[in-house]
Amino acid sequence: MDFNDTQEEAAFRAEAAAWLKANVPTADELEGLDDIAASKLWQKRKYDAGWACIRWEKKYGGREATAIEQVIWNQEEAKFNTPGGVFVIGQGMAAPTLMAWGKPEHHERFLPKLASGEEIWCQLFSEPAGGSDLAALRTKAERDGDDWVINGQKIWTSGAHYSDYGILVVRTDPNVAKHKGLSYFFLDMKSPGVEIKPIKQLTGGANFNEVYFTDVRIPDSQRLGEVGQGWQVALTTLMNERAAIGGGGAGVNVDVAYRIASEVMIDDKPAIEDSAVRAKLADWYVQESGLRFTGYRSMTAMSRGEIPGPENSIGKLVGAPKTQEMASFCMDLLEMSGAIWDENLSKEEGLLQLTYMGAPGGRIAGGTDEIMANIIAERVLGMPQEPRMDKGMSFNEVPTGSN
Amino acid sequence: MNFEFSEEQELLREQARGFLTEHCPPTAVRAVLEGDADHDDVLWKKIVEMGWTATVIPEEFGGLGLSYLELVVIAEELGRSVAPVPFSSSVYLATEALMACGSQAQKEKWLPLLAAGEAIGTFALAEGNGRPSLKSLKTQMGEAGLSGRKLPVADGRRADFAIVVGASDAGDGASWYLVELDQDGVSRESVRTLDFSRGHAVMEFNDARAELLGGEGAGWGATERLLDRAAVLFAWEQVGLADAAMIQARDYAMGRYAFGRAIASYQAIKHKLANMYVKNTLARSNCYYGAWALNTDSAELPLAAATARVGAIKAAVFAAEENVQTHGGMGFTWEFDCQFYYRRAKLLGVNVGSEGYWQDRLITAYEQNNAA
Repeated sequence: MDFNDTQEEAAFRAEAAAWLKANVPTADELEGLDDIAASKLWQKRKYDAGWACIRWEKKYGGREATAIEQVIWNQEEAKFNTPGGVFVIGQGMAAPTLMAWGKPEHHERFLPKLASGEEIWCQLFSEPAGGSDLAALRTKAERDGDDWVINGQKIWTSGAHYSDYGILVVRTDPNVAKHKGLSYFFLDMKSPGVEIKPIKQLTGGANFNEVYFTDVRIPDSQRLGEVGQGWQVALTTLMNERAAIGGGGAGVNVDVAYRIASEVMIDDKPAIEDSAVRAKLADWYVQESGLRFTGYRSMTAMSRGEIPGPENSIGKLVGAPKTQEMASFCMDLLEMSGAIWDENLSKEEGLLQLTYMGAPGGRIAGGTDEIMANIIAERVLGMPQEPRMDKGMSFNEVPTGSN
Repeated sequence: MNFEFSEEQELLREQARGFLTEHCPPTAVRAVLEGDADHDDVLWKKIVEMGWTATVIPEEFGGLGLSYLELVVIAEELGRSVAPVPFSSSVYLATEALMACGSQAQKEKWLPLLAAGEAIGTFALAEGNGRPSLKSLKTQMGEAGLSGRKLPVADGRRADFAIVVGASDAGDGASWYLVELDQDGVSRESVRTLDFSRGHAVMEFNDARAELLGGEGAGWGATERLLDRAAVLFAWEQVGLADAAMIQARDYAMGRYAFGRAIASYQAIKHKLANMYVKNTLARSNCYYGAWALNTDSAELPLAAATARVGAIKAAVFAAEENVQTHGGMGFTWEFDCQFYYRRAKLLGVNVGSEGYWQDRLITAYEQNNAA
């Protein structure tokens, strides 16, 4: 048992580190670029040198790297502050779905531009009536010659306003059971009839959107999987979503909490000397450490050429609530001033308040805490699903609460 | 990255699990729990025959000279089977104390006996309610011998010797004494703990013959270092227990029906089990870290041990409590085995320091690591 790379892994790490050191964009190069332009610049540079989407086939811009090499690359790239979050959905979710279900001409047309960062994709799955119960979605598609005509509404679509393409699940048959009436498409986000409205979040920011479809036409050639097979195709995307989101957000961690607890006083003594404070920090340290070493165990499985077990599914379930609790607790340490959210007056330039306000999103996006717990109980521990009231019903007979 | 057990260690696990399934079934635990014996003597002899008590003792002292990675595999399986034997006292504490601080003569005398199971050792620190501290230590060496009172001492009635922490005017304020227990200066009486399957004693020393183990005034630092090592090993027992309790709860929930369906299909039960799984997984991964640090004598051992211990206490106690809850009324009966985990988890949770003690040690170690 050790933490060392094998010889091949060490060589790969050294090569990756050397390339990154020489090629990560400088602050001067990024000066004046917005996040998307900066992300595209960095992605194109990686693509040209064969360091984009390294697990993909060489002909699509990858280098056919192993899973463990991907982890090593991620670790090395994370040592630099590089832009690139806008590609997560396209490269992490749309691309694996295209690879599994698309035709060769889809691969040739879209994968290289996903790898190079030339095209950005978004995900059009959730609806006002279909969140945790995604298969209850209602946006409908009707066949018209070689096209499908789409009407309905999607919600929580990150990056819809700057995306070139979207992956879309729609209902093509309301007269069969809900999972059986779905089909999966991808579409050009500039298609006539697509209307994008930003959603203002409780943080005040607007990172995602509602997307309305009014008689939007999609050619049948942009269907992935058979008509009625959309749920299986969507599962491919969702499995990759949990891998892409995993880990929970950064922000407030034990190091930050310790720093604050060392600086603020309780009864004229540093808060960190208080046993209740120490106990809290110790518990969060145990969680952070537990996630880190669970990750190491997964890496070991990959290093041996195995597929990691389900342990990693706990990352988001542990990380997201922990982030919220820690931000809340650290604000408590500041007492009355904990409420102040001001770059100059707040500790850590307002990181606590920012993290606290964003934290509910982390507990919901990509599967709520409750859904993640269900997944662990059902897929890891083998416990049965709850009985479903809509089982065996055709979709148009399912009670909805709105009629 | 190689953060896993080797094939040989996995083979040892399989062998250990098979052995304990055969020789330590729930009926064996129940027999000790319901009887007067301090431990299962037959099982203990078989464990000795397997060589488990000799695992990390060097070959020159009659041991097998294996690594701590082998020992933690055994610890996990002992925890899983709630084994009623003095393994933790004799192996995690007495053997470790001798290997850390014993003179050549002390090692030559005692380690072969411990390895061969011909002697049982234990460690005597606590003197009653509250967290042991230098200020509260009353046991001390006088001109005629060692005097004081220790409670509770695990396996104290059956042990052949104890390593006793006494106050000292020198050094760090404490010294370790090796005391052979079969003598006039020592009296020991059984004391009931909440885990009836593990024997404990109140031990009184009245001018008892005792010899220093380690330096005069070096006993408090030695105690903290010993507890670090033992904490990792206890944590592995707790992780084994937590896994067993989780599986028992899951299996019961799958077979128990209410309102026309398995209670395992209710989210209230599923989320309880998912929570167990999360706590167990975090604790296990931290135990890997502890095992690595113990095995490599890493400077990170105090942090790794506290991290493993805090996570394992939480996981074992939670799994044991919620296993009873999942069983409903039947879980509260004497007849059901849920009580084994419930008793043992709490005993393991306090007997080398409580969650609060280890949370405090964790932050202290974190501070020292950052300063280094």
